Amino acid sequence: MRARVWGCRGSIAAPGPDTVRYGGNTSCVEIRLSSGHALVLDAGTGMRPLGVAMQEDMPTELHILLTHLHLDHLQGLGFFRPIYVPGREIHIWGPSSPVQHLADRIAMYLSPPLFPVRLEDLPSRITFHDAPEEPVSIGSATVRAAKVTHQGPTVGYRVEEQGRSFVYLPDHEPSLGADLRTIPPEWMSGHDIARGADVLLHDAQYRDHEYGDHVGWGHSSIGATMQFAIKAEVDRLVLFHHDPYHTDIELEQLLADAKAGWPSMADRVMLAHEGMSIMLGAKPVSVGHPAR
Amino acid sequence: MSEPLGTPGAPRSLPLILARELASSLATPMFLLDPGGMLVFYNDAAAMLLGKSFAELGEIPSGEFGAALDLATPDGAPIRLRDSPSGIALIERRPAHTVLMATAYDGARRTYEATAYPLLGGAGEMHGVVAVFWEDAPAEHAG
Repeated sequence: MRARVWGCRGSIAAPGPDTVRYGGNTSCVEIRLSSGHALVLDAGTGMRPLGVAMQEDMPTELHILLTHLHLDHLQGLGFFRPIYVPGREIHIWGPSSPVQHLADRIAMYLSPPLFPVRLEDLPSRITFHDAPEEPVSIGSATVRAAKVTHQGPTVGYRVEEQGRSFVYLPDHEPSLGADLRTIPPEWMSGHDIARGADVLLHDAQYRDHEYGDHVGWGHSSIGATMQFAIKAEVDRLVLFHHDPYHTDIELEQLLADAKAGWPSMADRVMLAHEGMSIMLGAKPVSVGHPAR
Repeated sequence: MSEPLGTPGAPRSLPLILARELASSLATPMFLLDPGGMLVFYNDAAAMLLGKSFAELGEIPSGEFGAALDLATPDGAPIRLRDSPSGIALIERRPAHTVLMATAYDGARRTYEATAYPLLGGAGEMHGVVAVFWEDAPAEHAG
């Protein structure tokens, strides 16, 4: 499978000269499977350019996997061109709720006054599914979700194909109320799906000294992210959901903190950036680097 | 600065994980049972009852936990596990509350109000049980 990052900023889009290298679009990651299917992880503003690119390279089948419905993970949906293609079949997966169907919750955004087009008026054929907490097959991949610690119903996803695993936990605060240094791994939120992943994209919104003012906001400090990744025995860690107030320079300082504090991960931790391409196949995992 | 990697046990669901985090933050004795009835965690306040920390005792079957505390009604009649609040919460999937006597590890027999409730997920699935003990009266040493 091949993954491509279209947006890795957290909370709100942050375009501008200070965020050019890592990008200002919010969460959206495309995964292309060997079967020709496409999985789109989250519908942040990075979904707009993805939709443009997809017009030239439509997948066999299109599945959108939403981790949760905060706007920075949903706002791009209304600007994703494939949803305006008549008859185009699209599957949208998201966290279940005992109160309201996924479609009804998404329609709160895709309806006036927040958006001019109603979800029910879209010409594509959209099918909604609860995020699968048991493994399901999508094309050549197996996909599984798990609820994780964040604000409101939120899941992470694990995608496996040909013995390789890609795990996506963009909004996650596993350290809330827990000491990740001492807690048994199975008691750590997200461990079940992250364990042994070849590649983990994980929330790393705050530098350690910033976290104290944001406890309970649903995001991780770089220290917690590193401890989580080590305890989950992941191979490659991609730092994701960059704080909208962090400039490119500050993000590189955060990465330097990670490498200095956890030298065993120094060669295996990196910052997500728009355009990043990750290949997971028979050969060792390869990851693209940001343009200088 | 790598951490020792313990052997992970059975995966825990998020409701149980969050219940453990809550229990760890409270000074009220709190016990967590998994869907199979295994006592999978208790907090430091509960350790004052059992005489050993969870780190020392680890997971124990709920029957052994009930026996260790010698649960009884205020009249002294033994309480069967299935009739205890945690047993009712686990088997009947509903909250339960009662007044009971429990013997702590130091031999002190105390009266508690005990409440247990099931952790039911969005699809009605059982994630486990939370049992809370509130001490109700001053200690009364056995013998």
